[in-house]
Amino acid sequence: MAVLRPLVVFLGLLLAWQLFVWATAIQPFLLPGPLTVAQTLAARWPSLLHHAGVTLTEILLGLACGLLLGSASALALSAVAPLRRWLLPVLVVSQAIPVFALAPLLVLWFGYGLWSKVAMATLIIYFPVTAAFYDGLRRSDPGWLDLARSMDAGAWRTFRHIRIPAALPAFFSGLRVATAVAPIGAVVGEWVGSSAGLGHLMLNANARMQVDLVFAALFVLAVIAVALYFAVDRLGRHLTAWQPEG
Amino acid sequence: MAAGDQGAGPAAPRVEVEAAHLAYGGALLFDRLSLSLPAGQVSCLLGPSGVGKSSLLRLIAGLAHGAEGRVLDEAGRPLAGRVAYMAQRDLLLPWLSVLDNVLLGDRLRGRPPRRERALALLAEVGLAERADALPAALSGGMRQRTALARTLMEDKPVVLMDEPFSALDAITRLALQDLAARLLAGRTVLLVTHDPLEALRIGQEIRVLAGRPALLGEAIRPEGAPPRDPAQPGLLDLQAELLRRLAAARAA
Repeated sequence: MAVLRPLVVFLGLLLAWQLFVWATAIQPFLLPGPLTVAQTLAARWPSLLHHAGVTLTEILLGLACGLLLGSASALALSAVAPLRRWLLPVLVVSQAIPVFALAPLLVLWFGYGLWSKVAMATLIIYFPVTAAFYDGLRRSDPGWLDLARSMDAGAWRTFRHIRIPAALPAFFSGLRVATAVAPIGAVVGEWVGSSAGLGHLMLNANARMQVDLVFAALFVLAVIAVALYFAVDRLGRHLTAWQPEG
Repeated sequence: MAAGDQGAGPAAPRVEVEAAHLAYGGALLFDRLSLSLPAGQVSCLLGPSGVGKSSLLRLIAGLAHGAEGRVLDEAGRPLAGRVAYMAQRDLLLPWLSVLDNVLLGDRLRGRPPRRERALALLAEVGLAERADALPAALSGGMRQRTALARTLMEDKPVVLMDEPFSALDAITRLALQDLAARLLAGRTVLLVTHDPLEALRIGQEIRVLAGRPALLGEAIRPEGAPPRDPAQPGLLDLQAELLRRLAAARAA
């Protein structure tokens, strides 16, 4: 039932869309029906697959970099008090900067290729991961920390055996947010300047009024985003199975 | 008494607390307080809530937040490294099995985990069958027994317990008191409790901490070896005496 319900809603929406297109006889270059999009999807599959591969690579590399940097920052912030005092306010204020506005600069610095998009995705992922993980580390149960101290535990082992596992649920809630926004980072990066990727394909198709291709690319992007989200969600549930369902 | 005295390690010291001082929120909770815990015996500390019993225990445990004072053994040496601590909450890590929770101390010190000893202790507390269970699958009594095994795993000559059984139902509490009295024999133990009967069952020296700033009352030393039967003659009179002291402390 859990899978069926959203599927029914999805098919219902497609049906409504198709009926709308038939009823209004709207021009296909303004709004193609789902059947047209499906045909385009099939016809342009090799090209879509190629561009999807580029975008997926950007997203995954961005996730890896963002995760690595974000986790390291959260650990450093919670382990080193002076770092926390100096950097935490800066980090929080820096979030007021709309990261998308940086995209042109990133393309200028990292070039038209893969790395400007990876940088964009990394920037977008970095903050939710850092904030959530740091918050989780900060909220270690003081009782557990007392226990660790009474057992002569060093700071690093307390992190490894108590604080990090205890922060995993918070870490994963940050990672879920990050996974949802990572595709946005990659596509915005591609819009600003690129030679490949689903964003690039959409921009070109849009300029040529191939709206059916725009929708096909969008569909592939949505599938990637949803698949990533569920993969992360499953992994998170598996690794924090000890946590009571909330 | 296999695991209980498998290695009480170095001889249990007498513990002397001197010039203990705690001010909290402008109020002086205790000042120039002295407390002596006889070597190898179970001392119990009773007193009204908020009098500073837990703070005193945490001071001895080296976990003081705000409380100050000297904590030394009979030779004037600090207790560092000789104290195990058991709190009111079991503090089990929910992602570790019962066995791994008992082995936490070894892991936190970076030593090879002593599985054999941990399993022996789990058998002592009656949890051999549940070694692989997660804490969430255990009852409150089982969880506190796991915490007791974890405390004994530390194998320290001094054991400090802060109301460890107060969240348990009466029958489970009696069973755990028996277990604790048996397994902790020979160590210098300080047990903070709200329950006069608990103190009388397992304490060899019982004191009431009361007043502001708090002072320690005369020690009560019940006869016979712990764990005492609640039906032991004289115990009821002592319970009445303790209740009278606690009520007086509350009224003051």
